[in-house]
Amino acid sequence: MDRQFDEELNVLKKDILKMAALVDEAISRAIKSLVERSDELALAVEEDDEQMDMLEIEIEKQCLELLARRQPIANDLRFVTSVMKINSDLERMGDLAANIAHKTRILIKYPLLKPLIDIPKMAETVRSMLKDSISALIENNSELARKIVERDTKVDGLYVQVFREVLTFMMQDSGNIKSGIELIMIAKHLERMADHITNIDEDIVYMVDAKTIKHDFEK
Amino acid sequence: MSEVTIANRITVKDFNAYYGEKHALKNINIDIPANKIMAMIGPSGCGKSTFLRSINRMNDLIENFKTDGKMMIDGKDVYDKNIDVTNLRRRVGMVFQKPNPFPKTIFENIAYGLRVNRLFKDKKELEEKIEKSLMEAGVWDEVKDDLDKSAFELSGGQQQRLCIARALVIKPEVILMDEPTASLDPISTAKIEELIQVLKKDYTIVIVTHNMQQAARVADKTAFFMLGEIIEYDETVKMFTKPGNKMTEDYITGRFG
Repeated sequence: MDRQFDEELNVLKKDILKMAALVDEAISRAIKSLVERSDELALAVEEDDEQMDMLEIEIEKQCLELLARRQPIANDLRFVTSVMKINSDLERMGDLAANIAHKTRILIKYPLLKPLIDIPKMAETVRSMLKDSISALIENNSELARKIVERDTKVDGLYVQVFREVLTFMMQDSGNIKSGIELIMIAKHLERMADHITNIDEDIVYMVDAKTIKHDFEK
Repeated sequence: MSEVTIANRITVKDFNAYYGEKHALKNINIDIPANKIMAMIGPSGCGKSTFLRSINRMNDLIENFKTDGKMMIDGKDVYDKNIDVTNLRRRVGMVFQKPNPFPKTIFENIAYGLRVNRLFKDKKELEEKIEKSLMEAGVWDEVKDDLDKSAFELSGGQQQRLCIARALVIKPEVILMDEPTASLDPISTAKIEELIQVLKKDYTIVIVTHNMQQAARVADKTAFFMLGEIIEYDETVKMFTKPGNKMTEDYITGRFG
């Protein structure tokens, strides 16, 4: 049966996917600006955060309207409430990408502490997690979503590695502290992004299977 | 989570109902707990009203209607040949889709059940019981000065609450409601729904509704009927967030057919 309501749900789905695509691009460009030490690109990433902020508000508005006007239940209800939560997580990720760009603009005023290896690797993992999460969302694939959650530990591991390494540089020379802290913060932001993706995948599992897997509540 | 045992007011075992050749209810097995609200949803002709009317044997009046299996209230089969049907209907009250007050005064509408069942000693007790039931049904303040006026002068919503008061006054254990708000405006509907919530403290309520949101709002448990069978019966919250059956999901989300 063709329904206007399904059409509205489709628009919502398209918008949340667009939001995810914008976030992915923001992460990619933020890390590129860091690697290429481009103040211009970093500034652009910072400024583009507004697009995601506006889209977040738009998606939230759509969800509230659907709740008020359609009173969705069962799978429709789970979809709308999950989108509301995914929306917030994506927006926070967008903020973190903008923050990375901001820190990059400070960092590039100082000489390079060390060649960037682990941070781009973290960003690559985060982006692959995000891309797969988008696929899981498109295909209602909860099995995939569950697998993505497991990759969070890889990002956590990389963060610890960056932290220790940068700490060593800072201990060797206190002149490295300023840029060292910025680097650690960037790595921390990426680590947080993976946490947000974990939330998103938990929401996808709830949306598809009606199972609450966060905090090991249900399998 | 631990299972809390709640006494079942109504227990239905392998219950079947037939209108002549038509098998209207197929092997129904459910328990309806006391002091809860149970809603029945499902497409027209799915058997939910037949089920409702089987509880107080309202279908007996239909020619060729027959049943087998057990329909038990407090452990007693209502289809047992020793059951006094009049007494059964006193214990199991009913409220219909359209308010159907008697063409009498408001006072006499409520007094009727008390008179035929001889449930009062004197005028004082009669008046007290009428006032109490009108209060219970949340309509007292609106009618207390007009008790000698015709019930037909009341609004639809007030008439329906009068009918609920009429059902309550003879102290039933179970109240059956067949789409009780189908002909009412949203404000009257909201009042009836509020009332249903209050009444479950003292009564077990079984309600048929075509309004999915109404089942979601008022019922503790919901049963989804289709083609004479119960497809799913569970806690309402579960039915409306994660139904266990695809057919239920399709029906309640409007993707049915």
